[in-house]
Amino acid sequence: MLTITDLHASVADKPILKGLSLTINPGEIHAIMGPNGAGKSTLGYTLGGRPGYEVTGGSATLDGADLLELEPHERAAAGLFLGFQYPVEIPGVSFVQFLRESANAQRKSRGEEPLSGAEFLKLAREKAALLKMDMEMLKRPVNVGFSGGEKKRAEMVQMGILDPKLAILDETDSGLDIDALRICGEGINAIMRKPEKSVLLITHYQRLLDYVKPDFVHVLAGGRIVKSGGPELALTLEERGYEAVEGAGA
Amino acid sequence: MTVETLPTRAAEDWRYADVEALKALWPIAAPELVTVPAGGSFSRTILQTGGGVTRLSLVLESKATAVVHILNAGGPYARVEVDVLLHEGADFTLGGAQLAGEGETVEIVTTVTHAQPNATSRQLVRSVAAARGVASYLGKVKVERGADGTDGEQSVRAMLLDRTATANARPELEIYADSVKCAHGCAVGELDANGLFYLASRGVPPAQAKALMLSAFVAEAFDGAEEGDNLQAHAQALLEKALLEGKA
Ligand SMILES: Nc1ncnc2c1ncn2[C@@H]1O[C@H](COP(=O)(O)OP(=O)(O)O)[C@@H](O)[C@H]1O
Ligand SMILES: [Mg+2]
Repeated sequence: MLTITDLHASVADKPILKGLSLTINPGEIHAIMGPNGAGKSTLGYTLGGRPGYEVTGGSATLDGADLLELEPHERAAAGLFLGFQYPVEIPGVSFVQFLRESANAQRKSRGEEPLSGAEFLKLAREKAALLKMDMEMLKRPVNVGFSGGEKKRAEMVQMGILDPKLAILDETDSGLDIDALRICGEGINAIMRKPEKSVLLITHYQRLLDYVKPDFVHVLAGGRIVKSGGPELALTLEERGYEAVEGAGA
Repeated sequence: MTVETLPTRAAEDWRYADVEALKALWPIAAPELVTVPAGGSFSRTILQTGGGVTRLSLVLESKATAVVHILNAGGPYARVEVDVLLHEGADFTLGGAQLAGEGETVEIVTTVTHAQPNATSRQLVRSVAAARGVASYLGKVKVERGADGTDGEQSVRAMLLDRTATANARPELEIYADSVKCAHGCAVGELDANGLFYLASRGVPPAQAKALMLSAFVAEAFDGAEEGDNLQAHAQALLEKALLEGKA
């Protein structure tokens, strides 16, 4: 699914990712943990193609296609979904309009027929219900006036509607209360836990991993993966901190 | 105000005009004069999308109300002038949007005079300039002696799509009365890069993402307009055309 090899990336001429390699196979859920400033968000943005995140070496492919050659919207159409640590507010544009244009732009670039208004609303209603989000909220401008938790749930509704192959979820759990955490966790499982899909969870805490059980856990520090293991690695980190992991001291 | 001779840019109201392009439109018609009787109401939609000069002069007698909505675009020169004289307790609302593409100069010029007490005016103008387009707003609010209790508000914002584009905004206040509330806000900016990346990350191609954000930006000008949907549809088409042609 996703193959990252020796990836180097800079932000404002400052090297952040320094030789990161990671392979995610279909059906797998991986978690990346690491101290603040390690480069976790940078990894997500670089794979998403955010302007200002300059790749200076290495490669990243999604199902064999060179991800780094594609424009950001083409990466989405190729099946990549980026869940934002800080979802962006877009005044004056409703979620419904935004998501319908998103879904249909992706369909168009894959040579599929656009969804009609009715088909789209049915899909949106279904995914909103899955995340226990009131459909009325999706008639409001994108993320404007949403609480931190509502924004994160709205990200998951978007993921449900867009139905990606690979989701990179950047601190989806931060800002969530216990109930919202469970709802988001169950949402991720319902939408993404499938043999043909993969997830990369970026998180600081074990608590999301109680709901979304990862197959692999990696520690990112200093722009590289410094340790990989099974779910037990997250528990070790929770108990003993990053200091306990060789080369991962904050 | 009637313009008898071709103005020059030395004239305050014409400082950002494209006088060369204006020559081709010369002579221009005198302003249309409308008097709204006491307690009466008036509304007008000015849809000027192929350039030209449209001039409207309103007198609102006491407690009269008037609403004017404008979509101003097209080249090489597009100008809308609105002059308003407010008597006691009259209320004036203007919502204007304009778009300047390559080689185009567009402008909205308003003069609102609060001649008597307790009149209110609200003006909201949204401009978009692309390529080497120039979009200007000159808005004068005059509060005459004795026009106490005036409430005048101007909200002026412009969006530049290219480094080569220009936006001018000149909100102006002349106040000769007491206990007057006048506010103006004015900002020139660019499309939010974070918003554009967010839209792209969901699969929306760049031109479409810009059109979506710009159309939300100009929509504020058509809030509550009788022909709001029609104006918005025209604005959207103009924006998409400008963006897809790579003008922006
Ligand atoms: N836009 C930016 N400009 C300059 N430095 C940045 C920018 N974004 C991130 N950085 C720097 O890159 C490093 C990694 O940041 P980030 O990827 O956000 O870390 P994490 O998500 O792991 O906390 C930090 O040192 C941060 O200061
Ligand atoms: Mg981060």
